Amino acid sequence: MLNRLTDSLAFHGQALSLRAERQRLIASNIANADTPGYVARDMNFAQALKEATGSIQPARALTVSQAGHLAGSAGARIEPNLLYATPSQTNLDRNTVDMDRERANFVDNSVKVEATLRFINHDVRMMLDAIKGQ
Amino acid sequence: MSMLNIFNVAGSAISAQSQRLNVVASNLANADTVAGPDGNAYKARQVTFQTQLMGEVGAAGVKVSTVSEDQTPGRRVHDPKHPSADADGYVTYSNVNAVEEMVNMISASRSYQNNVEVMNTAKTLLLKTLQMGQS
Repeated sequence: MLNRLTDSLAFHGQALSLRAERQRLIASNIANADTPGYVARDMNFAQALKEATGSIQPARALTVSQAGHLAGSAGARIEPNLLYATPSQTNLDRNTVDMDRERANFVDNSVKVEATLRFINHDVRMMLDAIKGQ
Repeated sequence: MSMLNIFNVAGSAISAQSQRLNVVASNLANADTVAGPDGNAYKARQVTFQTQLMGEVGAAGVKVSTVSEDQTPGRRVHDPKHPSADADGYVTYSNVNAVEEMVNMISASRSYQNNVEVMNTAKTLLLKTLQMGQS
């Protein structure tokens, strides 16, 4: 019974750590807005979350070719499959950071981090209510 | 805590941008410098940024890799009465282009503001994470 309650908490925990990872990626893009040759990166959040929660296998799963090899368990993730952003306008110094897109992504991601935090808070409160049984 | 690394990333960008601003300030301050006794006037300086890895995958900070000098010849003005004039009566000023420097300054200050904003948002989110489960 309790794991039904904590399942949702674990899911949101995974989502929160992925959100933090994405926030860091976007911060790196913004920091490198003036660096020549820097290529902006982003992650496919939906796919990363599915891989993290084990609902699909990572694209590059561990190869098991010998009897003694360990198979990767569900939820084991190789570093996120980072994607390269395609520039909407080319730049002479080969920098592909689009500040408008990065700003929009940054705000979008911070709102979603807050939403995930609220979900977690709500889950905790619900669990406490269930334990108190009033 | 991957979110804590945002402070390192944005911090490195802030310090790189402030160094750029510093270089712009010295260029503008020396815009009217004339050649000294060695015959070489002040040369405009420019910073070059480089990506700096911060340990974790995806965390990329910035550092100033080189400060280079602009090698274009300085402005020469005919002014025989000037104490620093050469034999032909020409005075060599620095090669600073004030318009370029102002554009550089605005760009640096906007990038600085962007990174400060990133830091503030990361701080707000982290504080909310710290209060998780309390409200």
